[in-house]
Amino acid sequence: MATAASPLGTVPPVLPATDVVIQTVDLWKIYQMGTEQVAALRGVSIEIKRNEYVAIMGPSGSGKSTLMNLIGCLDSPTKGQYWLNHQQVSELDDDALAHIRNHEIGFVFQTFNLLARATALHNVELPLIYAGVESAQRSARALEALKKVDLVDRKDHRPNELSGGQRQRVAIARALINNPSILLADEPTGNLDSTTSNEIMGLMDRLWSQGNTVVLVTHEPDIAEYAHRVIFIRDGQVARDEPTARGRKARV
Amino acid sequence: MATSLGENLTLAYDTVRSHKLRSALTILGVFVGTVTLMAIGSILTGMNKTVVDQLESFGTNTVFVYKFAPGIHIGRLTREERLRKPLSDADIAAVRSECGACTAISAQVMAAGNFGPPGANSANARSKSHEVDGLTFSGTEPNFPEATNQAVAEGRYFTEAENDHRENVIVVGHSVSDALFPTQDPIGQTFTISGTTFRLIGVFALRKSAGASTQDLSARIPYHTFEKLFPASQEHSIEALARPGMLTIAQDQIRVALRRSRRDKWNAPDSFGMATAESIIGQFHDITGQVALVIVAIASIGMLIGGVGVMNIMLVSVTERTREIGIRKAIGARRADITQQFLAEAVFLTGIGGILGIIGGWLISELIKFAIPSLPSSVPLWAVGMGFGISVAIGVFFGLFPAMKAAKLDPVDALRYE
Repeated sequence: MATAASPLGTVPPVLPATDVVIQTVDLWKIYQMGTEQVAALRGVSIEIKRNEYVAIMGPSGSGKSTLMNLIGCLDSPTKGQYWLNHQQVSELDDDALAHIRNHEIGFVFQTFNLLARATALHNVELPLIYAGVESAQRSARALEALKKVDLVDRKDHRPNELSGGQRQRVAIARALINNPSILLADEPTGNLDSTTSNEIMGLMDRLWSQGNTVVLVTHEPDIAEYAHRVIFIRDGQVARDEPTARGRKARV
Repeated sequence: MATSLGENLTLAYDTVRSHKLRSALTILGVFVGTVTLMAIGSILTGMNKTVVDQLESFGTNTVFVYKFAPGIHIGRLTREERLRKPLSDADIAAVRSECGACTAISAQVMAAGNFGPPGANSANARSKSHEVDGLTFSGTEPNFPEATNQAVAEGRYFTEAENDHRENVIVVGHSVSDALFPTQDPIGQTFTISGTTFRLIGVFALRKSAGASTQDLSARIPYHTFEKLFPASQEHSIEALARPGMLTIAQDQIRVALRRSRRDKWNAPDSFGMATAESIIGQFHDITGQVALVIVAIASIGMLIGGVGVMNIMLVSVTERTREIGIRKAIGARRADITQQFLAEAVFLTGIGGILGIIGGWLISELIKFAIPSLPSSVPLWAVGMGFGISVAIGVFFGLFPAMKAAKLDPVDALRYE
């Protein structure tokens, strides 16, 4: 097993700069498959600054889902460090990670992952329940979040009474409700037609322009083009890390 | 705690509502267990009330003496008991002369085998047009009403003279006079028992006790009249009223008198039995207490089986909702939140089973009260508390494992679950 050097070189484990939201240092994830050890990530070191719009790309099996799970604090790395918003989260236990997920991360999934039996409003409220926010304040804030995605008139509808695009907007409202440090979207348009996809990506763009940090995981190049920077993952390592056409334009 | 109980109960309610049939089947065991507990509890309470009322109506200061221990017998008599002599006139005389703490002592005589549970070997009475069964028929002395705390409401009790002259006069309970002479004034009327004609001279006051009292179905004639009519009668008993506050002393005096007159050896037990209302009630409570314990044990087995059903369905529920658990964990639910959610669901299920069981048991109790007026069954508080308590405990106990299983799910795997 070859130890791969990061394209950025070996980053010393120092406290990240203030405008850095995500910093991973030589991140490894090794799965035990029977007697064999399979490394899904082999030393990934990346840095994402506040209010960046980053796409993570890679073919299936490249390790991008594993990376997303680590960034989203759904999983812990086997080796290496992960600093989220100046906090070393790679050493936290289950409940502390749950707290981080609740406060720092807004998930948007390919399959929306809404609770089927709950109304749109209740789905959006859900993170606030686990944050311990009072009932009255919860509805008010959830309504506010639904307003941001233009779905106030659908607040009492259940997911099966909503279109795909509307469901994803509910999921985005849910992701935003706790003012997270990052918005983590995993193939957000994977289950949507192209018109709706454009609509959702337009919404993501708007959220970015309002100051949110957006991390997009996708395998579709045209969706990645919405971002300003693309990180290519291949065989568990960062293959390329470069600005997109849009990012180059923005920089100029 | 992040999630409140109200939140979790709302969730539990939603889940139960969306799986009505499954939930109903799941709580069946707990429901039946609670109903059993409630029904048996209320029947026992009813029986208790009947027995206590009847015994207390005899007077709490009265000592009953019989050749066997009065009260409830379980099992066969011993050889010594079977060979016991009936209380003799000499025994009665001994009590009369030695019980200084007694104010009224009355001997009573019944036909053989007629001293026993209500209705056994009981007599039948006829007037010209009516008939009544199930009488407690005995010969007593003139101070019997005083000794047993009974009052004569109409007419009078018989006198010493009538006893001495073996007259065919009779005093009956309220139910008897009502049955034989529903439209006439009963005093002075005549009717027959076992072919002998009696003149009715008095009617006992109606008993306040719940249900049919044996005393309302009693027929009392003078002691000597009874002996003359039924010379073979050997079932004697003594009823003695103690002076206020001297019940124990009276019992001791009676015991001493009887042991001497019956020649009981110093190391032999009493060859007679003695009881007060209190001692019989105590005896009865012991028995119902033991029955209650057995019933609680049986109902608990039912509940336990119900609990296994609850665990089974909760495990199914956890598997079915793996994805939901994943979503909840992804947006910040901690282990405790998930545990509480599923525990609340299990407790909600069994709690509903318990509440429905309490309602069902109460309905059965009311039905029994309606169908059998002599059994004033009522749901005791301990059965309600225990029914609900055990139901909830079953929910906690059998819900904990599935809930912890749900809480331990890995969010990544749970989200990927199809």
